[in-house]
Amino acid sequence: MNEIIDRRNVEFTLYELLEAEGLNRYQRYAEHGRETFDAAIETAHAIARDKFQPHNRKNDLNEPELVDGKVQLIPEVKDALDAFIEAGFLAATRDYDDGGMQLPAVVAQVCNSMFQGANIGTSAYTFLAAGVAHMLEAHASEEQQRKYMDPIYEGRFFGTMALSEPHAGSSLADIKTRAEPTDEGHYLLSGAKMWISGGDQEISENIIHMVLAKIPGGPPGVKGISMFIVPKYLVNDDGSLGERNDWVCAGLNHKMGYRGTTNTFLKFGEKGQCVGYLVGEEHKGLSYMFHMMNGARIGVGMGAVMLGYGGYMASLDYARERPQGRHPDQKDPASKPVPIIEHADVRRMLLAQKAYVEGGYALGLYCSQLTDIQHQDPDPAERERAHLLLEMLTPVMKAWPSDYCLKANDMAIQVHGGYGYTREYPVEQFYRDNRLNPIHEGTNGIQGLDLLGRKMMMKGGEGLKLLGREMQATIGEAAEVAELKEYAEALGQSLHRIGKTVEVMGARMAGGDIRLGLANATLFLELTGHTIIAWIWLKQALTAHRGLARAGEADQAFYQGKLQACRYFFRYELPLVQPHAELLQAMDDTTLAMQDKWF
Amino acid sequence: MKLMVSVKRVVDYNVRIQVKPDGSGVVTDGVKMSMNPFDEIAMEEALRIKEAGNAEEIIAVTIGEQKAQEQLRTALAMGADRAIHVEVDEDIQPLTAARVLKALADKEQPGMVLLGKQAIDDDQGQTGQMLAALWDRPQATFASKVDLDGQKAKVTREVDAGLETIEVDLPAVVTTDLRLNEPRYVKLPDIMKAKKKPIDTTSLADLGVEAAPGLKVTNTAPPPERQGGKKVESVDELVSELKNRGLI
Ligand SMILES: Cc1cc2nc3c(=O)[nH]c(=O)nc-3n(C[C@H](O)[C@H](O)[C@H](O)COP(=O)(O)OP(=O)(O)OC[C@H]3O[C@@H](n4cnc5c(N)ncnc54)[C@H](O)[C@@H]3O)c2cc1C
Repeated sequence: MNEIIDRRNVEFTLYELLEAEGLNRYQRYAEHGRETFDAAIETAHAIARDKFQPHNRKNDLNEPELVDGKVQLIPEVKDALDAFIEAGFLAATRDYDDGGMQLPAVVAQVCNSMFQGANIGTSAYTFLAAGVAHMLEAHASEEQQRKYMDPIYEGRFFGTMALSEPHAGSSLADIKTRAEPTDEGHYLLSGAKMWISGGDQEISENIIHMVLAKIPGGPPGVKGISMFIVPKYLVNDDGSLGERNDWVCAGLNHKMGYRGTTNTFLKFGEKGQCVGYLVGEEHKGLSYMFHMMNGARIGVGMGAVMLGYGGYMASLDYARERPQGRHPDQKDPASKPVPIIEHADVRRMLLAQKAYVEGGYALGLYCSQLTDIQHQDPDPAERERAHLLLEMLTPVMKAWPSDYCLKANDMAIQVHGGYGYTREYPVEQFYRDNRLNPIHEGTNGIQGLDLLGRKMMMKGGEGLKLLGREMQATIGEAAEVAELKEYAEALGQSLHRIGKTVEVMGARMAGGDIRLGLANATLFLELTGHTIIAWIWLKQALTAHRGLARAGEADQAFYQGKLQACRYFFRYELPLVQPHAELLQAMDDTTLAMQDKWF
Repeated sequence: MKLMVSVKRVVDYNVRIQVKPDGSGVVTDGVKMSMNPFDEIAMEEALRIKEAGNAEEIIAVTIGEQKAQEQLRTALAMGADRAIHVEVDEDIQPLTAARVLKALADKEQPGMVLLGKQAIDDDQGQTGQMLAALWDRPQATFASKVDLDGQKAKVTREVDAGLETIEVDLPAVVTTDLRLNEPRYVKLPDIMKAKKKPIDTTSLADLGVEAAPGLKVTNTAPPPERQGGKKVESVDELVSELKNRGLI
């Protein structure tokens, strides 16, 4: 089995780059330090390695089945989740008094990502359960929290997010599921939901679906969407389980990857008896769901990173051990073949993988640390800064790793040659598993629209200005270091190109050219994503540069690797920004002007 | 009854060991360190004995550098009640470790001292036996099952011929084998609780123990590289090949 992640890189990112130990400046984390963080990460790694990773392939080969209306999974899934829950990972960030560890979000993210890397299919159940619990903590009534949230944190109930319908995925405005009020205070739901991950299973005592539905007579579109708690078994006031609610799992989807996670087609209220409980206020459901989705988007990006990481670790091992061919200037056919890592083209593929996965990893943890600052900092201005940065970075963190760490998986297969195309090696599964990530939690196309159409324009462009200031600080620092000066300049230019692009496009869109303006939003997302990852690489390079000065032998190599990956990203990847920016600024209409008939 | 468990800080079992170029030992710089896996089993067994109501207190002991306190914290998070750190910077030989544990046993009067059957760093497997001799108490080594019965313990041992069950009077020394149990994972809230549990620091001098000079490492070398195998076509060929190599 491959290493889940390079542990030295975890240390580097968490402690050297992000200086996460300093989080104990916040009251909530005052008792924490590197020792407690490391102990939590160590436990996560041990459980991920012992309980999650060993059945990753078995999950893939044994898709869940629906037998007599019950979903069957291999038993290892429950064993692994039990270990996860028993160790306290579901409640890791909660208060000490509630059985939690008050772990900072950034450390919890390190832990969770270990499970994603070890077995993405199995880890999804608790990933969703935790997301639902956090959302209920923010928006549900006290009674609802007691009945539904507490049992989730205890690991007895799991949860799902049920937004998509067969005809409405990207466009939630068009959902048809209805919720009729009753005199008893609850609602009766009817409709169908498609693609619901973890939508049925027999692992947990109960399943809490968070369903988006429309209350008749409400406003049209997304302004008329409400959120409901729809349990599998109704919960009595004393917490005991009551009747089976009126929804069924009408089918399982057969997927390319992520096979350990059941993916379901659900029908609600076929007998007219599907009970749902309104969360918060009517018609505000989408904003509550965004609470969960924003966290989930960063989590999806992290999942993409970790699948990419697995492929990188596996192909690095392989490249060191596979002898093949000789250097092009070696003319003696009797000479010993070299391990393929000696070939520059294989190194290119390994370096690209390293640049993608370690860049994505650092961005993901940076985002998680922003959530800590957003919630814990005593200074309101600092909280607002973190919040705004997160808004800007979330679509990038969702989409960039799901595109580029998928590319990393593609290269991991290529490094393995023919062997990579077989099931004897793990890399083809990583690729198939990772192929989901550009699709769910809002397709990458939708992320592009969010970034360009909304985030760049909101608050008079305040978000972009903030991002620019953050980057300028790094650029200023790097400009002082001879070896990094070149990159500092390149990043400055890219940042300038984003600014110029937004200025040109913003003006045209304000003038009514909205359709044309958004036609190339995906390119804009890629351009911004590359610039942000370049920034993150420059930060890493600065940290590595400082580290080199006092490094022992093993660390020297580690830091050199960081500097070289930074160099790769700036020389081979970042230049992509320029043609993208030119195309965007020219308001190119090639795609928009293409006609259906011409295909 | 009190239980005393020894815990050693060693290179993590997942690390690919590298020998230092000058042969003076293995590389530990920047290498991940953990609790010796056999000691985790000893710790787990102690917890089970306590949870079954047969012991009141578990004391974890380590002998080693300052950083070995990390492993004591792990033991405390697993459930030990308190810990003793005997701070020593040099490598510890089995006889020194046994002398330290003897001194602590005299002080703490445990009903049982549990140790891993060996530490995976140098695989010597001697400390438990030496302790039993110095302490003048019975030993039950390579345990794969431990049952307490009043002032006695019935212990199943893994021996070359299979399994052997013996009965020892307490206090006794028990060293643990792999199949004894599956150690628990540390629970997150217990990591925080462990921070508040006491660790007493002491030294060889405080305990009146003299380090044993006995062994000197003269050279460390990696095992020879494995030679490629060879396929044979028939049984006859196999037999003659084995004979040629003087293997039969
Ligand atoms: C394995 C899996 C698990 C999932 N889990 C869940 C879950 O747990 N809960 C849940 O609610 N949903 C879940 N989904 C649903 C997922 O979020 C949707 O598939 C996704 O939002 C896309 O919706 P769709 O499939 O209907 O595709 P469509 O919306 O039909 O999109 C098809 C294509 O058109 C593009 N497109 C659509 N609209 C626009 C537009 N306005 N502008 C530009 N391009 C556009 C899209 O980007 C995409 O490329 C899951 C999906 C999968 C495959």
